[in-house]
This record gives sequence, C-alpha cells and structure tokens, in this order.
Amino acid sequence: MKNSIKIVSSLVMLVLIVSCQDKDYRNYEYMPNMYEEISYEAYGKYDVFPNQMEAMHPVEGSVSRGWMPYEYPNSTEGYQEAKANLTNPVPYTEDNLNEGKGLYTIYCAICHGDKGDGKGTLAEREKILGIPAYNDQGRAITAGSVYHVMYYGLNTMGSYATQTTERELWLINHYVMDLKDALDGKPKRAFEDETTTQEEALVEQEEMTDEGQVMSEEAQTEE
Amino acid sequence: MKQGKNLNSASRFSLITLALLLSFSSYVFAQEDSTATADAAGAAESETSPAAQGGDAAAGKALFNANCAACHKLYDRATGPALYNVTERRDREWLYRWIKNNKELRDSGDPEAIAIYNEYSQKAMNIFPQLSNADIDDILAYTNTPKPEPVAPADQAGGGGGAGGGVSSTIILAILAIVLVMLVAVLFLVNNTLRKFAVAQGVELPVKESRKPIWKTFVENQFLVLVSVIVLLLGGAYFAYGWMMQVGVDQGYEPIQPIHYSHRIHAGDNQIECKYCHSSARTSKHSGIPSLNVCMNCHKSISEVADATSDYSSVTEDYTKEFYDKEIQKLYKAVGWDQATQSYTGETQAVEWVRIHNLPDFAYFNHSQHVSVAGVQCQTCHGPVEEMEVMYQYAPLTMGWCINCHRETNVKMDGNPYYEKIHEELSKKYGVEELTAAQMGGLECGKCHY
Repeated sequence: MKNSIKIVSSLVMLVLIVSCQDKDYRNYEYMPNMYEEISYEAYGKYDVFPNQMEAMHPVEGSVSRGWMPYEYPNSTEGYQEAKANLTNPVPYTEDNLNEGKGLYTIYCAICHGDKGDGKGTLAEREKILGIPAYNDQGRAITAGSVYHVMYYGLNTMGSYATQTTERELWLINHYVMDLKDALDGKPKRAFEDETTTQEEALVEQEEMTDEGQVMSEEAQTEE
Repeated sequence: MKQGKNLNSASRFSLITLALLLSFSSYVFAQEDSTATADAAGAAESETSPAAQGGDAAAGKALFNANCAACHKLYDRATGPALYNVTERRDREWLYRWIKNNKELRDSGDPEAIAIYNEYSQKAMNIFPQLSNADIDDILAYTNTPKPEPVAPADQAGGGGGAGGGVSSTIILAILAIVLVMLVAVLFLVNNTLRKFAVAQGVELPVKESRKPIWKTFVENQFLVLVSVIVLLLGGAYFAYGWMMQVGVDQGYEPIQPIHYSHRIHAGDNQIECKYCHSSARTSKHSGIPSLNVCMNCHKSISEVADATSDYSSVTEDYTKEFYDKEIQKLYKAVGWDQATQSYTGETQAVEWVRIHNLPDFAYFNHSQHVSVAGVQCQTCHGPVEEMEVMYQYAPLTMGWCINCHRETNVKMDGNPYYEKIHEELSKKYGVEELTAAQMGGLECGKCHY
C-alpha cells in the first residue's frame, strides 16, 4: 500500500514536470530583461501609444522613405490622366529589368502569371478569377496606368505601395511593359544608357533618406 | 459459493451480449452511411446539370472567368453586382448593349444604365467590343446556373463513412479489451475457487517464508553503495546540464494566434512567395508581420475557402471549411471590411499576433543581410514553413546554432563587387577559393554583440 502511494505520487510529479514544457508557452529564461527590451520594439504593445499599439500610421502629410508625393488622385479621372501623362523615370537597363523581374516574381506573378497572361498560380487554382492578360485591348495599359494601379490598387487588386518603394514599383513597371510587348509579339526595347539624370536623382533621394546606406558607404571609403 | 458462480456467469453473459450488440450496431451504421452518400451524390449530379437556355453554360463559364470574374460574382456582390438570374432583371437586348459598350449606353441617356452606374459609385465597367451576341448568350446561360446546394451533407456523409470505419475498429479494440479483462477476471476467480477448495479439503498451501529485505543486503555491501552513488551523481549531472542548456531555448514554441493563419495553405498549396507578405525581410532588419491590407490584396475576392469537392481544396478533417471561413471573417472584422457593400467601414481593431521568434537584445540579427545579400532560403532557419498548419519555432536560435551555420556556409560573392577586394586578399591568406562566413569574420564577437 505504502509503495503504491509512492509510485503514484512520483508519477504525478513526473507528469507535472513534463507538462511544464508546454508548446503554448515560452521556456524559462536566465535573464528575461534581455529578451523584454526597455526600448520600444517594432509591433510592440506599450502604454504610451493609443490602443497600446506601436505600429501606428505616420503623421498625415509625412513622406515615406523612398517615396515622393504622387500627384494623381485615386479616381477614374486620375487614372486617365496618369495613363496619358505619366512615364517611367527609371532608365530601362538590363540590371534594372532583372531587378524588376525578381520583384515581379514575388509580388505579381502569383496572380498575373510569369508571362503576364493572367494565369498565375492563384488563377490556375481558381482562387482569384478574371485576371486580364497585359495585352487586354479594353484596358490598353500604359506605363502610367500600370504605376497608378500598383500605387492605389483598382477594383479587386490592392495597392502595392506598402510592400515596395517608388523605385521598386517603377522597376516592376519596366518588366510589366516588357511582358506586354512579348504578349503582343513586339520586339524587345533597346536598353537605355545607365547615366540618366532622373535615375540619379531618385537614387540620391533614397540615399539621403536611408542613413544605414550612407553609413556603410562612408565605411567603405575609409577602408 | 454457488451464488457467486451464478453471478459470475450472468455478468459474463451480459458482457458477451454487449460486445455482440456493439459489433452488430457498427454494421448498421455503415449501411446507413453508404445509402446517405449515394443519395447526396445523386442530388449533386442532378443539380450540376446545366440549365442551358439559348446558350452554352460551359463555354459561358470560361468566358465569364476570363472577362467578368474580376469584378462580378454569381451570388455575391463584388466590385459589380451579383449576376445570378440577371436575365430576369434586365432585358436581353439591353444587356447586349450594356456589356459591349456601357459608356455608349450611358451617354445615350438610358435611365437604367445611369442608375446602376450611380449605384456602384460611378466605377465604370470595362467595355467588351470583342464579345459577340452568341458569346454574351453563353455567359448569360452560365449566370443562370443555380447556386449548388451546400455540399456539407455529402461531405458529412463521406466523413461519417470514414468515421464509421474508425468506429468499427475502435469497437473491435474495445471488444478485445473486454475479452482480456474477462480472462483476467476468470483467472482470478478460478484461483480463488481453487484456494477455497483447498481450504475446504484441508490441503496445506505453501507459505512464503520471510527473507532478509533486499535493501538491507544492499546497504551492507559498501562497494555497491559507492558505485551506485557515483552513477547517480554522474547521471544527475548529465540531466542537470541538459536541462540548464535548454533554458532560454524556445524551439518548438507554437503559440495559439488570434487568427488561425495557415502557412500550409498560403505558402504551400498556393505557393505564395514568403516575401510577398514579409516584404520587409528584403530591405530591413525585421521580417515584418504584414499589415492587414496585404491580406486584403487577395482576401478582398477570397471570402471563403474552397470546399472539399474542389480540386484545389485545402481543407482537412481537422480543419474544415467552416473553421477556415470563420477565420477569414475574423480578418474582415479586424480590418473593417463590409462584405455586403464591398467597402471598408473604417472600424478597425488590432490583431495581437503572438511573436514566436525573439532574439535577446544583446544579439544583433539582420534579415536583409541574410535574405537579400547572402540569398539564404527562409526555410534554412524557419524550417518547412510551407507545411506548417500552425507556425512554430523550428531552429533553436542559440549562438552555437548561428556559429555552426557561419562555419559551414560559403559567402555568395558572385556579382557582388563589394566583396571583390576582400575576397582576393582572404582567399590568398587561407589558400581557398570559396570563403565561409566564418573566414570573413563571421565569428567575431563584435559582429553580432555590440
């Protein structure tokens, strides 16, 4: 009898010890204050913020890094204006096109397809339907209209401005227009010269805002 | 004694009947299931038969998916109105004109056309001059397809059939267990009866003689005590070391998230790039959790998951369509999306995702450095995320784990002019062509701790 009590109690202890290692909870930490920083971390929950939410909208009117204000309004008229007037400031070079292709594969190909024919994985799997090919005649896209739609979104398509920068959108834009030409059976455009002033202005503006990049370049020159 | 025997046989009889009843009932269940499945299948067949009237619904479906489905659904409002039975609401001639060139129709002052244009906040529909009247007839035939009955009953029957198999096997196991228990009981009873017989007959039973207890013998043997103490100490030290080394390691941490987001469906089945949602992993220290507008890029049009009848369904027995649909509704609630009007209400609420991977403050880790520059696959550190129904921490994230990878991984130097000079010097120094991260200084304390 005595023995069985001992066995049962030790079994209960074992179960208690094992059940402490629950996958729903974090493990013990030696110095928890090194895990729970005093500084505010991205997506943290802190009392100083409204709703305790660290992730807040920027102040109205502020300009994000890597962006310049976009002047066309999010309306049908704005779309038509952008379609007619807006052009790609980033030069059409091989490097830029490849960079654009990489970004296109991440963000666009899942719906629009690797060839821009509207047959991406999500369309093939019948998750999202009615994705037009880039050479759709009713839409007759231009560089300006593509940028406008990527920036604001249109109908079912959402805005991609939060996932990219202005320059990245223009890089994707080059690749999209390339795909459209391919679908239309047109020859590829000739690559432009690297040193276009507009591109430099964009890059400079990005470097001015990106401290990390400037610092790394300084370090390089010191070496 | 007699009574006991009787009672025993009676209980045995009742157990056997119970077992028989149970095994029989499983057959009955199975039969019911099969008929239910057949019924449901028949119903589904009759419903999917095309209700074609002056147009080929199958061809219409292809045209609809290619041209209309971006903005229209059959039974729900999307960017444009739901199109089921649109032929009953509108005149066919009017529909031809509207679909081919709705702008012309509006400009001609047609009141119906202007009304619908204003109702849908003046978002102009595309013009489709390429569609012939026959094409439009096909599309309209397709829009008249009635909504298929929810396949839930058929689904349940299928599930029930599967479960029926499971039930019968558990019943078999239960019967086996009962038989075993009965055998043990019978043995015990027989033993008891025999003992009683022996007592009654006056047969002497062997009596256990008391011996020296084993622990006393053990204590008296000092060498054995010494050896076992050493073994116990060493073993204790081993386990204590093992336990202390895992303090602070959260490998396998799998918290319950406020919205059940399945990486298996998104990254696995639908092959969405990791960086589509975690876009800041390309350019920032953090691989950010996507804000909900990124979810809505797709979920604006995907309000429910495909059910089990679809070829592209991702539902399982544990995670049903109802379960996933409820999670999408949670997203809509958080982001303030009104499905009825297809617009944002502006009433949002934060989703408090539970952070899984967390490095202490004294260690610096930069995602963009590893993802964009080194080109390390996300799965190298995060494991087979595309198979995870619930996200968990795959790697231990200990320093030893970091160092190990830095020792084994070669730095990607191709096409990166930044490394040209240092590669030349270091490969001369070490006499190797390929440099590991460790040889580049990836083991220096100050690289990660400062």
